[in-house]
Amino acid sequence: MSIFCSLQEAISRNVRDGDTVAMEGFTHLIPFAAGHEVIRQQRRHLTLVRMTPDLIYDQLIGMGAADRLVFSWGGNPGVGSLHRLRDAVENGWPHPLAIEEHSHAAMANAYEAGAANLPFAVFRGYKGVDLPKVNPNIRTVECPFTHESLSAVPAIRPDVTIVHAQRADRDGNVLIDGIVGVQKQAVLAARRAVVTVEERVEELRAPGLNAVILPSWTISAIAVVPGGAYPSYTQGYYRRANSFYQDWDPISRDRQRFMSWMQANVLERGPEAFLAHGAAGV
Amino acid sequence: MNMTAAGAFSANEMMTVVAARALRSSDVCFVGIGAPSAACNLARLTHAPGITLIYESGTIGTRPSVLPLSIGDGELCETALTTVSVPEMFRYWLQGGRITVGFLSGAQIDRYANLNTTVVGAYEKPKVRLPGGGGAPEIASGCQEIFITMAMSPRSFVEQLAFITSFGHGTGKGSREALGLATRGPSRVVTDLCVLEPDPDSRELVVVSLHPGVTREAAQSACGWTLKFSTTVTETPPPTAPELRILRELHERTARAHRDET
Repeated sequence: MSIFCSLQEAISRNVRDGDTVAMEGFTHLIPFAAGHEVIRQQRRHLTLVRMTPDLIYDQLIGMGAADRLVFSWGGNPGVGSLHRLRDAVENGWPHPLAIEEHSHAAMANAYEAGAANLPFAVFRGYKGVDLPKVNPNIRTVECPFTHESLSAVPAIRPDVTIVHAQRADRDGNVLIDGIVGVQKQAVLAARRAVVTVEERVEELRAPGLNAVILPSWTISAIAVVPGGAYPSYTQGYYRRANSFYQDWDPISRDRQRFMSWMQANVLERGPEAFLAHGAAGV
Repeated sequence: MNMTAAGAFSANEMMTVVAARALRSSDVCFVGIGAPSAACNLARLTHAPGITLIYESGTIGTRPSVLPLSIGDGELCETALTTVSVPEMFRYWLQGGRITVGFLSGAQIDRYANLNTTVVGAYEKPKVRLPGGGGAPEIASGCQEIFITMAMSPRSFVEQLAFITSFGHGTGKGSREALGLATRGPSRVVTDLCVLEPDPDSRELVVVSLHPGVTREAAQSACGWTLKFSTTVTETPPPTAPELRILRELHERTARAHRDET
């Protein structure tokens, strides 16, 4: 079976009800098209893992796909709140959402531990702060050599990680370039990995000999979805739609307005809706 | 608005200019989201051209011509010396002790410069759910010192924090040492009304300078705890004409870039 398939197939084969799902991309390369496909396929009871939930998890949470969220910064960058996340946490709408909250350092370390096949991550963190009082997964461990007390958090091991990337070559090797975030770690930490790309090319044209490349054999499925990171961005293809992030604030404040937007722009659309935002459409 | 030889300026412009002045050209600065980003880039464009600006997205030595809306705008990566992964950023560069100053802001601060960006009300049943800590908890402990900039109001400068997201001076002198922290912690807080610094003995924030036209009473009425004042409170030097011009040009370029995008 070819690693390349439609987005619909990639999601239906790899994302199941109740899965722990990590859609990563640190502001850059956020896999919006794949997230929309998860919403259209009405996946339920997901544990969603993401350092910065961003608009994509605001949408998934507002549509009722998640029972639990693991995160470290839940805002709309430079704009304000994620209103659907807040409505779920403050008012239990559309249903209660359990949260497991960390710092960025903890989650970055936890992904790295997952990729390294370790049971937990160790780092110097959480000094003097209140998060360990509300998150029982933040513990301490003593260094066996110096006896320093260090923070420990469980490794993140998603059932499936979903990322967006610049391109895949004909064999399905994938290039990630620019702000690379935690995607390599998140993919290698997961049981299955789904990748959407801007384009499929003969040769990767990697920008250097040490580029971030995911070999095809680390990936479960690849779907070509030009524009698939919009309103996030793909370095070298199209820029971040900062104005969309600002426009999302009033859309997401109101439950009815949010539902209408999702109906018109996600439920009644498909991956081809992203094409206009890709490099060819700009 | 306030008037000086350099012309009229707003309280927000005053805050950004004074925050920028705290930075040195030799600094390696971890830039927090929000108000710090304008101050850090103003410093780079004025008196501190050699400053290394680092954003948690992994961009090292970035020189953006417009202010990013997020900490991961493409402009930051394109103008950076190099961009590393987020685990590398937090492990090698921050935890590795290579950052001289972290520049933070917050929703709430207390008299010992502890910050809350997590929650108002009870954590389990919040009145207001704020974004959370992001990089801040480890920036606050891992950088050699911390500058904070935020506008003053009784809702943001509070007697008691609902939640400590980032640790400042805890409950006063000895708090950082008791946790084994060798870094200095918050050494300056720049607001729209005044500049505060921790008292060397108690570590409580005291007002060391008031911005032009701001009285002690005005500063006190914007603060939720009883403010202490240094024995010598000076007047903060107002923005110079070049500082104001360069800051306004930066904001104009940013607004134009956002307009042109649509």
